[in-house]
Amino acid sequence: MESETGIVTIRNVTKSYRRGSQVVPVLEDISFGIRSGEFLALMGPSGSGKSTLLNLIAGIDKVDSGSISIGGCEITTLSDSELAGWRAVNVGFVFQFYNLIPVLTAYENVELPLLLTRLTRRERREHVEAALDIVSLSDRMDHRPSQLSGGQQQRVAIARAVVTDPAILVADEPTGDLDRVSAGEILSLMDHLVRDFQKTIIMVTHDPRAAEKAHVIRHLEKGLLTDG
Amino acid sequence: MFMLKYIIRNAFRHKLRSLLTITGVAIAILAFGLLRTLVGLWYLGVESSSSTRLVTRNAISLVFSLPISYKERIRQIPGVSRVGAMNWFGGIYISEKNFFPNFAVEPRAYLDLYPEFLLSQEEQKGFLLDRQGAVVGRKLAAKYGWKLGDRVVLKGTIFPGQWEFIVRGIYRGAQRSTDETQFFFNWDYLNETMRRTIPRRADQVGIFVVGVSNPERAAEVAQAIDSTFKNSLAETMSETEKAFQLSFVAMTEAIMIAIQIVSYVVIVIIMVVAANTMAMTARERISEYATLKTLGFQWHHIAGAVFGESLFIAILGGSVGILGTFPAAAVIEKELSQFFPSFHVATSTTLLQLAAALIVGASSAVFPTWRAATIRIADGLRRIG
Repeated sequence: MESETGIVTIRNVTKSYRRGSQVVPVLEDISFGIRSGEFLALMGPSGSGKSTLLNLIAGIDKVDSGSISIGGCEITTLSDSELAGWRAVNVGFVFQFYNLIPVLTAYENVELPLLLTRLTRRERREHVEAALDIVSLSDRMDHRPSQLSGGQQQRVAIARAVVTDPAILVADEPTGDLDRVSAGEILSLMDHLVRDFQKTIIMVTHDPRAAEKAHVIRHLEKGLLTDG
Repeated sequence: MFMLKYIIRNAFRHKLRSLLTITGVAIAILAFGLLRTLVGLWYLGVESSSSTRLVTRNAISLVFSLPISYKERIRQIPGVSRVGAMNWFGGIYISEKNFFPNFAVEPRAYLDLYPEFLLSQEEQKGFLLDRQGAVVGRKLAAKYGWKLGDRVVLKGTIFPGQWEFIVRGIYRGAQRSTDETQFFFNWDYLNETMRRTIPRRADQVGIFVVGVSNPERAAEVAQAIDSTFKNSLAETMSETEKAFQLSFVAMTEAIMIAIQIVSYVVIVIIMVVAANTMAMTARERISEYATLKTLGFQWHHIAGAVFGESLFIAILGGSVGILGTFPAAAVIEKELSQFFPSFHVATSTTLLQLAAALIVGASSAVFPTWRAATIRIADGLRRIG
């Protein structure tokens, strides 16, 4: 067992899906740890289970067996409602297709996670402006997603992910829908978050160039970790 | 506040789709309101009939008349306060398409028995003193441009000949629902003319309108009237004005039931259309709802957004429909006044329309709300690509 004292500790995690009457195993006996401030890349071919593992760590899917402890909290025992509250505080999400709400402006999209907190309107504004400043989009806060480029939308998504100051960021193919230049900017931004804000990032990627930015690379194949 | 903003913006996300849905709901609610008003109007005569009035007619059929001599005998029956003779005249003004109800009545008794027809003292006096005098409703006078003193000629159908009248009064209704399209004139004018031209038809009355001093004794008085003329050549049938009106309504009850069913079918159809739209909308936004759940929003936030949007669209459409009902009713009242003397939209109808809009909004949201609220995040996010 690696990094027993890390921010993320995964022990003997198994996950399978039902397809009709068939049970399809996705992850088998996965155990590893992630240290605080680490930038980890999960790589592997399509269907290897890397997105499923990311979802389990982020608390948006449930394990069949095993345990996942994040910052000392055993998330596999939490109810759906408790998990929702836990996610809002502890995890920031970055998706391949940005997943911004089209009817909201960049500012409003970044503000979304803060609406679940007790912050005042003024405090929320301060947080949102700070987050947009980190991603260098303060001048675009009143733009809707359709008025932004792909790279800019992903930066808004990153601002939304960090606005609550979570310890962990999970990113599922964050550069998968971007051109090379924009992808480079996003990776630099993520690197900046790890170095200057001590965030722990877990990133699923197919892109070896993206993985190069990570401190640690884990490979999954057919639901098994292939590198220890 | 955020939820309200999100709901409103979502409602207009697909402008054409929303506009069509809102228009559909508006038309359905408008049609529902007009049909309910029509049904209500059909029963208006029944509902606005007085509990202090009885109608006495020939027991065989309304087609057969009663002798005027019955009037005094009815008046002597205990509990009777007033009696007035009345004949359906059935006259035509210029052409048959100009239909309006016209009656020969005993002026003094009629004005006493029908206090809902309001006339000035001068008009009453003019009507009482002029054998050829006629009183017309406000709407009827407006429709044909009649003024006090105007000469109006009706072509008799039941009572042959050209009948000339002088407008001596223009009444207005005491209530909004009072029929203001009637035409009535002096029964003596009819009877005296009949004496001269067709004597065998003189001194005959279509119905007697009987005023009772105590409404609680109406049934007893009706029975006493009919007992008085039992085994006579013209036996009578007396009933409350309400029962008398109901006998007319009963003839067309099947049509009214059909109209009521249609009014509900309209609502069910729009409910299905709105449900389909909402289901489509929710299906398109599953990944968005999954994203919100990922960020920490709970099922009830998502349910509120979907349900609120459906309700918002239905209320918007319903409001347009309700607001449109009033001008539509006014047009119907103006253009079809011979059929609908008072096409007034009742408050209860407006409340029913509002309830129908809310039901449409709520019921069409049930399935999409449940689907959006219960979607697993991982499944929802997978919809992206």
